[in-house]
Order: sequence, then structure tokens, then C-alpha cells
Amino acid sequence: MAAVAQPLGHVQERTYPTRGLISYLTSVDHKKIAVVYLVVAAFFFTMGGAEAFLMRLQLIKPDNTLVSSAFYNQLFTMHGTTMIFLAVMPLLIGFINAIVPLQIGARDVAFPKMNALSLWLFFFGGLFLNTSWFLGGAPNAGWFNYAPISINQYNPGPGIDFYDLGLQLAGIGTLMTGINFLTTIVNMRAPGMSWMRLPLFTWATFITSVLIVFAFPPLTVNLFLLMFDRLAGATFFTVPSGGNVLLWQNLFWIFGHPEVYILVLPAFGMISEVVATFSRKGIFGYDTMVMSFIVIGFLSFMVWTHHMFTVGMGPWVNSIFAITSMAIAVPTGVKIFNWIFTMWGGKIRFTTAMLFAVGFIPIFVIGGITGVMLAAAPADFQFNDSYFVVAHIHYVLIGGTLFGLLAGLFYWFPKITGKLLDERLGKWSFWIIVIGFNVTFFPQHFLGLWGMPRRVFTYSTSLGPAVAFWNAVSTYGVFILATGFLVLLANLIKTLRSGEAAGPDPWDARTLEWSLSSPAPEYNFASVPLIRGRDAWWVEKRQGEGRMVPARPDDGARAVHMPSPSWLPITFSFCLFVAAYGALYTNMIVIVLGLLAAVVVLYRMIAGEDKGMMVPLEESESE
Amino acid sequence: MRLLKDRFPHLKAITWIPLLLLALTGCATYPNSALSPAGPVAGDELHLMEIALAIMILVFLVVVVLWGYAIIKFRQRKGDTEDPKPWDGSTILESMWIIGPFLALAFLAYITVSDSFILAAKPPAASSVTVEVVGHQFWWEFDYKNSGVTTANEMVIPVGEKVELNLTSADVIHSFWIPRLAGKIDALPGYMNHMWIEASKPGVYPGQCAEFCGTGHADMGMKVIAVSQTKYRAWLHTMKHPTFATTALARQGMKDFATVGCATCHSIVNTPYQGKVGPNLTDLGIRTGIAADTLPNTPANLARWLHDPQAVKPGALMPNLGLSKKQISALVAFLEGMK
Repeated sequence: MAAVAQPLGHVQERTYPTRGLISYLTSVDHKKIAVVYLVVAAFFFTMGGAEAFLMRLQLIKPDNTLVSSAFYNQLFTMHGTTMIFLAVMPLLIGFINAIVPLQIGARDVAFPKMNALSLWLFFFGGLFLNTSWFLGGAPNAGWFNYAPISINQYNPGPGIDFYDLGLQLAGIGTLMTGINFLTTIVNMRAPGMSWMRLPLFTWATFITSVLIVFAFPPLTVNLFLLMFDRLAGATFFTVPSGGNVLLWQNLFWIFGHPEVYILVLPAFGMISEVVATFSRKGIFGYDTMVMSFIVIGFLSFMVWTHHMFTVGMGPWVNSIFAITSMAIAVPTGVKIFNWIFTMWGGKIRFTTAMLFAVGFIPIFVIGGITGVMLAAAPADFQFNDSYFVVAHIHYVLIGGTLFGLLAGLFYWFPKITGKLLDERLGKWSFWIIVIGFNVTFFPQHFLGLWGMPRRVFTYSTSLGPAVAFWNAVSTYGVFILATGFLVLLANLIKTLRSGEAAGPDPWDARTLEWSLSSPAPEYNFASVPLIRGRDAWWVEKRQGEGRMVPARPDDGARAVHMPSPSWLPITFSFCLFVAAYGALYTNMIVIVLGLLAAVVVLYRMIAGEDKGMMVPLEESESE
Repeated sequence: MRLLKDRFPHLKAITWIPLLLLALTGCATYPNSALSPAGPVAGDELHLMEIALAIMILVFLVVVVLWGYAIIKFRQRKGDTEDPKPWDGSTILESMWIIGPFLALAFLAYITVSDSFILAAKPPAASSVTVEVVGHQFWWEFDYKNSGVTTANEMVIPVGEKVELNLTSADVIHSFWIPRLAGKIDALPGYMNHMWIEASKPGVYPGQCAEFCGTGHADMGMKVIAVSQTKYRAWLHTMKHPTFATTALARQGMKDFATVGCATCHSIVNTPYQGKVGPNLTDLGIRTGIAADTLPNTPANLARWLHDPQAVKPGALMPNLGLSKKQISALVAFLEGMK
């Protein structure tokens, strides 16, 4: 037996709970963290959906009085903020957590404790933001919260402070995720996993991580400036005192535009995996797909002023950003064609995952079309801030991101839980969602063209009978859409209770995660695999012996050295959560105590030495 | 000023596709519709929309045909367990779908940039009508500086003439949008923006604030009313020399205007009432709407507004003065009698 490098000092045997609530609260395992992200985000998604439901009920007829203007403004603000920050992004990060380490042959991410920190900061940030409903009113100035409607003079209640502090909390978590996965993908690929052999979901995650690292700081800076205006009497956004309202808009959109690519690129990655697997063909034009991810990522920082075409910055500025905004359609279009040609000559299996991936293509392209129309600045003078934009964003966010997520859900559910979602219920939910979505959002293009602005709690009959009619149709669409999601929920419940067991590779798939059992063992890989080609698992199945070859000879070890779970991440997040309430009520004692406690916990996390623990190999892997 | 349709007349050929689609949306002329332009700026912007849509529909058709063919033709047949032939890529095809869209978008970008500069060009200096637009929560102030007229929420302009607008805000960001005449531009505190509009035919062109500005955002409407030159000059005249009703009730109302507090916020030309906080009420009697076009201007509606502004328009910054029925009818008689 070859000499084995043993960890120094006393390493504890595994004595912590492996199941139950505490195991999830203290886990630093990317797979358990993923599950918490997905469950909490699904809950917030339902809240965001409920907010939208109430909004559409109010808009079912002109001059409706179901909800007041004040309440409606909170609804649309929280709908956007919740869906983007607390639902869709964490759902994507949940899948990234569950799958990316498995795809690159790693046992966990580069910084497992920081990974848990990201999770709990998201949780407490989202919780903090939503307590606003009970503590004086939710934020009410839109998810982009423009100055000066967001400053004290025009918005004296606590709502905007909840937005400001809640997003700072959750935002730090996201920034850490970006750093974590960037490092993980750079440093922790298994031997043989060169850059051009990475699965496209991992490439997408890498580029998304770069976007996060560069896009979130401007948002944090903006929130910081606003916090000082609202809580400490600064005047960054107060015009009579020399402040400038465009400062908010520019900083916001420098974040905001890359943010929507953060929302869509991982979905593109998921679609790539699903289309390739269920066409039984490798992705068409892999190199170009990688280049297009890089180009989209880069260009996403060059287009932000298209959100500000009507601000009056003049034809030079508008023209430059119109050009860059149209340019970004080129690499995106390349991907659409490459997905179609992946299917071309393949043998397509229409599982539910594939249905969502296939349905994504025309729906997302419609969103892309309206995107190019919006990029034509003078045309945007009519479109901007109208329901045309609302239609566009939902076509790309739902048709793009959500359909990608649903494809990913049906595809990877077995890998995460060991059970296969019901295909019949899945197909029903697909068709109902597709129909409901189009009935809800297609008419909104016309509502905008007929003069209906965004963010209005009601509208007049003077806009014309078509506006009232199609608003009602759009509301009926929401009922259909909601039904589709209820069928999905029923599927999840049924499957978790009594779903069909999935083996390691139920789809005859291509990438490395499918070489592991479902769900994967705690340590992921008993021995780190040697990667011998792109679509590493497919290569072994079709040209090898149907199993991954270890990168190093068997050293006889029967246990894997893994990081220990820890109470510190959730505790640190809780301390900041408390400090946030201190800031909200400008109570210096609470702020100082909260921050001090956080610093103490942080010190323990950084300076404390984790000796780790030995996790024994599962029965089937100890030969 | 040569607009898009003059510089690129041949583009009309491809715009029939979107025109057909847009025509399916109904032949009616909706009063706030960007699809029914009544002036050259809106017409130009619609033209650009149509060109963009036509190009994009072509792209969509190519995508959908290829997609539809692929998902039908390449379905896995029952019992077929063989792997399909791998096809990693094709330099020719990939070049095509990089270069093709690039060329289409380059063309669209050229037209867009052209149009941006065309629309941004200021009307000739001799432009006779210049209106300063000031957005307030939740109403619009219109100052005809060259003519010495100030009004609110209803902008009267002469037909067929370029009207230059200079826009700013007294509080938060608003956006001035009259869809049948032009696309919108924001009214920002601390900035002065410029745009021009022109109505090709007489008519009433309504619009709404298009940048979220608070509780009253949905109720911040306005109108541009285009009339002949003669009528426009007559309007200017009457705005500088309003006539007041002489009934006893109206005269009582004019006195009440000061005593109940209206004059603290509102102004009326040629009177001692010069409040600067709220809308100018000169010649309220000839306006078509009240409360920023939330209600048609009738005595009954005005009474409703005076009785409880927040019930009509949530978030209205006009305080409820707790007026008695007598005071309300006197004020209504005075205000509606001002022409």
C-alpha cells in the first residue's frame, strides 16, 4: 500500500447529525446548501407570485378599487424585488451549488464556510425585507427605487430603509457566491478537466460569477449612499443641496444590466445541458458557445444606459448605447442557432425537461426581438416605462430564465433527491404554463403601445375599450399560469412522498455528475476522477469501461477528509440581521452590538482552525 | 428637417409586414396610442418601430422554421437505441449566423443613430412657441414664457407648428408622454431637458406621466390641444385677460377663494392671487378636465374634487379644506365662470 498523507493532529470522527433541521442549519456541504437555497427561494417565488396575482386582480378593470394606490405600489415593488433577488437568483445559485462541483470533479466549493455564509445572508436579508409588511409598510418606489422618490423628503416611512438594508445584507451573500464559484472553477477542476472540456453549465456559472463580482459592488455603493441620505442626513440625491438624481440611475443600471445577464446566463447553461442530453448529441459549436458566453458577459457592462434613453442624455450617448445593445443580440442569437443545430440530426426525447428547453427557444426569441426594438432609442421614447417593457422583461425572464430553471429542475431533480419527478404531471404543467404565460403577457405589448404606462394602480376607460379588454384577458392568463404552478407543486409533493427511484444516470446523460449515485454521496467522489474528454461521462460510457477512471492509484483510504459543519455562518448572518434593525431604527446600541458580535464570529471563522472530519466511504464504494 | 421617411423612402417597402400585424390590433384610433401618430415626431418613431419589427420578424421566422423542422424531423423513433452521428459544429453555418444577424443589426443601428440625431436637432430659433414644462407631484405646469401665459395640465398649441418644450421637475422625476404626438422625455429635478412636438391636425391629444412619481402617479394626466393659429391667439388673449362671471354666487366665490385658503397655493392672472405651490387656475372654465385630467371638467366634478381631493385622487397634495356646501357652490360658480 502506498504511503498516504494523513491530516495532522486529531481529526474528529463524524459525530454531527447528518439529517434533520440542525444538519441543514450548520451544513457547509454545497449539496445541502443547495437544497436550502431551492426551498427558501421557492417560498419567496410563491410570495412574488401572490404579489403579482393581487396586482393583476386590481388591473382586471379600469378604475378598480380592490387595492389602494399605496398598497399597489408596495405590491409592484416587492414583486420585482422578491422575484429578482429572493427567488430567481437564489434558485439559480441553488442549482449552481448542487451541480457545478459535481460537474468539475470537486468534492466541494473552494470556500465551504463562506458558501454557507452566502446562504444565510440571503435568508436573513430576505426575511428582513419581508418583515417590512408588518413593521410600517413595504418599500414602494419600485424595484429600481429611483432617487429622489426614494429619499426621506418624498418617502418618509421605513419601507425604503427595509429595501436598502435588506438588499445590502443579501447582496454581500451574492458577492461571496461569485468569488466562491470563480475560485472553485479556476482551482478545483479534476485532472484532465481543461477549460475547453468544461460543461457549458459550468462555463455559464464561471462567467456569471465574474459578472457578480463586478456588478454587485456598484449596487452596494448606491445603497450605501442612499442609506447615508436617509439615515444620516447626507444629500447625495437631494437636488437643492447639490445632489444629483442621475447618480442613482447610473449606478443602479451599471449593476442592473449585468444583473439580468446574471439571471439568464446560468439558464442558458442549463438549456445547453438539457438539449444535448435529450438530443443524444454533443452541443453544436461548443467553442462558439464558450466565446458567446464571454462576449455576452463583457458586453453586458456596456449597455446600461439603454434603461435611460428617455433621461435626455442626447443623441451621442443614446446612439452609442443603442449600438452596444443591438450588438449583444449577436452572440445571443448564435446560441439560439447552436441549440437548434444540436437537435439537428439528433434523436430527440421529449421528456418534460426537454419540453421546457424546446419551449424556451421561441419564447425567449420573442423577448429578444422586443429587446432589439427597445434598443432603437427613438422608438424606445414610446416604449419606455410602458407595458411594452413589462411584456419584454417577462418574455425574457420567464421564457428565458424560468423555463431554463424548470428544465434544470426536471433534469437534475433525480441527482439532488434520488427520485424522478412524474413525467405525466410534468407535461401537463408545461402546457398549462406555456399557455397561461402567453395569455398573460402577449397582450401587454399592445397595452403599452396603446399608451398604458407601467406602475399604475389603475387606468382610465379613456385609454380605449381595447385596453380594458386586454387587461382583463391578461388577468385571466394569470389564473391559468397559477394552475400550471399548482400542478408543478403537486408533482413535487407526490414525488418527494412516493416518487420513482432514479439510478445514477436515468437520462443516459453526458456530464460528470451522472457518474455518481443519486443523490451523490456526501464526499461526491470516492476517488477524484481523471477527465479524458469533453462530456467526460459520455466518453467513458461510449469509449471506456462505463465508469470513471481514478486520477490517482487507489491509496487504500476508506474515508474522505471533509470540512466540518459549523454554527458560525448562520450566527454571523443573524448578527448582521440584528444590526440591520438597529440601523433601521437608528439605534446606535443595537447597531454597535450587532456589528461587534458579527466581528467576533467573523474572527472565529477566519482564525479558527477547522481540522475537518473523516467521512467513511459508502458501502458500494469500499472495494 | 428631413425625417426618416424622407431620408429612407424605400424602407416603406418592408414596413407592410408589421403594419399588417399592427392593423390587426384594431382599426380604432385610440386616443393615447403610439400606433396612431398625429404628428411628425410620433410618426417618425412609429416608422422606426416598424422597420425594427420587420427585420426582427424575418429573424424570428428563420428561427421558428428551423426549430420547428428540427423538433419534428429528429424525434427519436420508438425502439431506436443507436446514437446519432455526432456533429460538433460547422464553420460555414456558424459564420452565417454570426454575420447575417450582424449585418441586419448594423443596418438597424445605422437607421437608429440617424434618427436619434434627426429628432434631437432643435427647431429653428424663430420657433414661435416655446413652453416650459414643470412636473409636480401630481400635475403639470406649462409656462409660455414668450407669451406671458402660465397654465396647468392642458397645453394649447397651434396646429402645424413646431413647439419646443423645455422640461424640468419641481420635485421627483416625472416623464412627459403624449403618445400620439411624440415619445416621452423625463422631467428631472436639477436638469432642463428639451424636445419638440408638432400636431399635424387639430385635436385633443391626451397623455400621462410615465415615470413612477408616488401615490398619485396613475392620476397625473394631461392633454395637448391643437387648434388653428387664430384660435391659439384667441386662447393666449383670454388667458391674459380672463373674464369673470358676475353672478352674486360667483362674486362670493371670488372672495371665498382668498378666505378659505385657495390663494395660498393657487394663482389667477390679473388678480391678487399669486400662490406658487399649486396649479395656475386662470380660465379654469374653459378647461376640459380637472385634477390633472382625472375628471372631466363639470361643475359636479369640481364640487366633488373640492369636497375631498384625496377621494378623487389618492395622494393628491391639495389639502382637504373642510369646505361647506355653500362655500363649494360659490367657488365652483367662480372657477367655472372664469373664461
